[in-house]
Amino acid sequence: MKKTYINGVGCISTQKTFDTVFLEEAVYNQKDTVFTLVKPEYKEYVSPAASRRMAKGVKNGIVASALAMKDSNTEKVDAIITGTGMGCIEDSDRFLKNILDNNEEFLTPTSFIQSTHNTVGAQIALLMQCKGYNFTYVNGVVSFESALLDAKLQIEEEEASSILVGGIDENTDYTMSLYKLAGFVKNDQETPFDVLKETSTGVVYGEGASFFVLENERKESTYAQILDVEIINSLEENEVETEILAFLKTNNLQISDIDAVVLGFNGDAHFDSYYKNLARNTFAQTPQLYYKHLSGEFNTASAFGLWIASKVIQTQEIPNIIKVNSVEKPAYNTILLYNQYKGKNHSFTLLSK
Amino acid sequence: MSKGVAITGMGIISSIGNSVEENFYSLLHEKPAITRIENISTVHADVIKVGEIKKTNEELANELHLPADNNYSRTALIGTLAAKQAVENAGITSINEFRTGLISATSVGGMDITEKYYYDYFKDPELVRYISCHDGGDVAEKIAEELGLKGIVTTISTACSSAANSIMLGARLIKSGKLDRVIVGGTDGLAKFTINGFKTLMILSDGYNKPFDNDRKGLNLGEAAAFLVLESDEVVKKQNKKVLARVSGYGNANDAFHQTASSENGDGAYLAMKKAFEVSGLQPSEIDYINVHGTATPNNDLSEGRAILRIYQDEKVPDFSSTKPFTGHTLAAAAAIEAVYSVLAIQHGTVYPNLNFESPMEEFNLTPQTTLKNKNIEHVLSNSFGFGGNCSTLIFSKNE
Amino acid sequence: MEALKEELKNKIITTLNLEDITLEDIHDNDPLFGDGLGLDSIDALELIVILDKDYGIKLVDPKEGKTIFQSIETMAAYIQANRTK
Repeated sequence: MKKTYINGVGCISTQKTFDTVFLEEAVYNQKDTVFTLVKPEYKEYVSPAASRRMAKGVKNGIVASALAMKDSNTEKVDAIITGTGMGCIEDSDRFLKNILDNNEEFLTPTSFIQSTHNTVGAQIALLMQCKGYNFTYVNGVVSFESALLDAKLQIEEEEASSILVGGIDENTDYTMSLYKLAGFVKNDQETPFDVLKETSTGVVYGEGASFFVLENERKESTYAQILDVEIINSLEENEVETEILAFLKTNNLQISDIDAVVLGFNGDAHFDSYYKNLARNTFAQTPQLYYKHLSGEFNTASAFGLWIASKVIQTQEIPNIIKVNSVEKPAYNTILLYNQYKGKNHSFTLLSK
Repeated sequence: MSKGVAITGMGIISSIGNSVEENFYSLLHEKPAITRIENISTVHADVIKVGEIKKTNEELANELHLPADNNYSRTALIGTLAAKQAVENAGITSINEFRTGLISATSVGGMDITEKYYYDYFKDPELVRYISCHDGGDVAEKIAEELGLKGIVTTISTACSSAANSIMLGARLIKSGKLDRVIVGGTDGLAKFTINGFKTLMILSDGYNKPFDNDRKGLNLGEAAAFLVLESDEVVKKQNKKVLARVSGYGNANDAFHQTASSENGDGAYLAMKKAFEVSGLQPSEIDYINVHGTATPNNDLSEGRAILRIYQDEKVPDFSSTKPFTGHTLAAAAAIEAVYSVLAIQHGTVYPNLNFESPMEEFNLTPQTTLKNKNIEHVLSNSFGFGGNCSTLIFSKNE
Repeated sequence: MEALKEELKNKIITTLNLEDITLEDIHDNDPLFGDGLGLDSIDALELIVILDKDYGIKLVDPKEGKTIFQSIETMAAYIQANRTK
């Protein structure tokens, strides 16, 4: 069975995560309830003629995937697999609003086409002329992990030797206004926010595009090996530890083998207890990291988490801004990521050097 | 030849029936259901015809015994109905007894709700509960909850090939031993959003869709949901399960040609079929029936026809037909309902008629089967293609 | 007619997001599709909406666009002859 290596990464996020080493310019914004991503120079990656109809999610996906390809020194991949919670929602919003405001008249197809969830993966394939396998997963906060799991399965079963995997999501004013109405996004008045100490419900929202080149062999650019990915739809708080132990056991590991655990803390007081229990007990002696205070919460924020974990293994350093506790280890070779949203869509991802 | 993954249960709801039996009856008796739209108010109501399930959301919710304050979208309602049928049909009583997953597929998700309450959300606090159901993943979430399924749940959205891809992933998860049992399929309710979207692309017919006909003018949209239960041979053996048919081949490829249109020569379609033959170990000549994607848009049928001719080269193309004149194009559910029809074709030895066909296309010599035909069917090939050049092929085989 | 042509050029640039193109770049007889301006089938659908919305001309079959949208010249001539608003 072939092994899966992360050989290249590309990350466009609400932080400066391109043209930097590793979060040295990161800023912890505690005032805003919605973060907007730091725009790259799109023209360097896609010509204005080609980008004139592209949604912002498509452009960000194209840049992040190009960065990952360059980073891994790969020219072609066998497959492209993406995850996105909501797709290019700016275009779906626009199309829908036009339908309603113009009473279904004078509509143009461009935003309808962009509203299809697989549009990012499709347009990357079109640009790269990649005629291989092309899947898109849309299942809340396991959208990206579904893509990862699929890619790993392809490599293990030798259906592909190199795969581009990414998570993309974008924000819109309309969706954010709905999320505020529903209480999914925190109240603007409750600042300053401190993700680790929140007592209120809701989250600070973000957006981003993170891509990874996965290959079946180790090379100079290798960040880490993906040992395992697991997705579980529903778990009670008291079942998580047992599930993690079992997950580690299938990989012949135990808690003490984990050099760092990356937890999906998002500041929602109702559900962060899932992480707090682990932080206080199971992983009390393990270096703990968090990242959603930098990226914001969104359906594929965990792809940003995987970028963080990959970088930690590569640089063997943990920037202070992502530390939950002060526990240190001499080396960061094995990292576990755990994520969930509102107690649903749990995922465990295991990396090793 | 690989044995393929066992299919042990099926469930379906479409415009031509609320169960597997009803759907089969309509196919056998040439009873299509393409009508004027009733459940959605649209300015196009007098122009378009659709494959609509003639039940309101309230009626569907009642069938599911949902509380009055539920927040199910139409897509979730019909998806849950079909998935429950499939699980029951497979004789599953304890859903988490084995490592069981759910792979759903949808393209519109809860769009029917969002378009209804787009502005009202800000006026009526009662509606706020519906906000979360816009999400494509919400549909699978609800199905999982209704089934009590706790394991892996995910959703694929690759436009009109979505459900083929969910069946493909399910088969791969069983084959690789990651799961013992998986419920796979897709669901899409009709929405103003898709009606207008396809309208802007000018590929909606104002009459009845005529796949592979020289004078085809476009598609009729439809709505449907279908799910199948796939199980490992260990589970089949242990529980002495009846195997309806097997998923023996699958392939997905990208046309990498255009955002919505298919390439002249059907590269993506050709590659998808080729991969499916490789996986199954079958030769094209062993296929007894092709359930074509056949949307009846000028572009699809030409591209698909050419791809089929490339696969068959000098050999005779088997009997083929599109079932979309019966149901309309049900988008992310299309491959799932056609998977059910493919399994039924194998079980009963029937090739369904390609309705509305009159004259062959001038570009090539391909004539679909236009009347119901009875014969032994060992293998069925089913195509589904979507926007973004997404091309998928599934092969279903008789359980030996 | 000249005013209409200029109006069309402006509309095409804005509607189709042709950021780098100026009025001077589009010549009246240049092909709009393929080797000329490089528009594609989705742009054709956008142009059909311009005809409908701004000039009251409804095309039923996208194929009709092929002859109408050959160039600014042909497009302007067709609009001149068929406009209802």
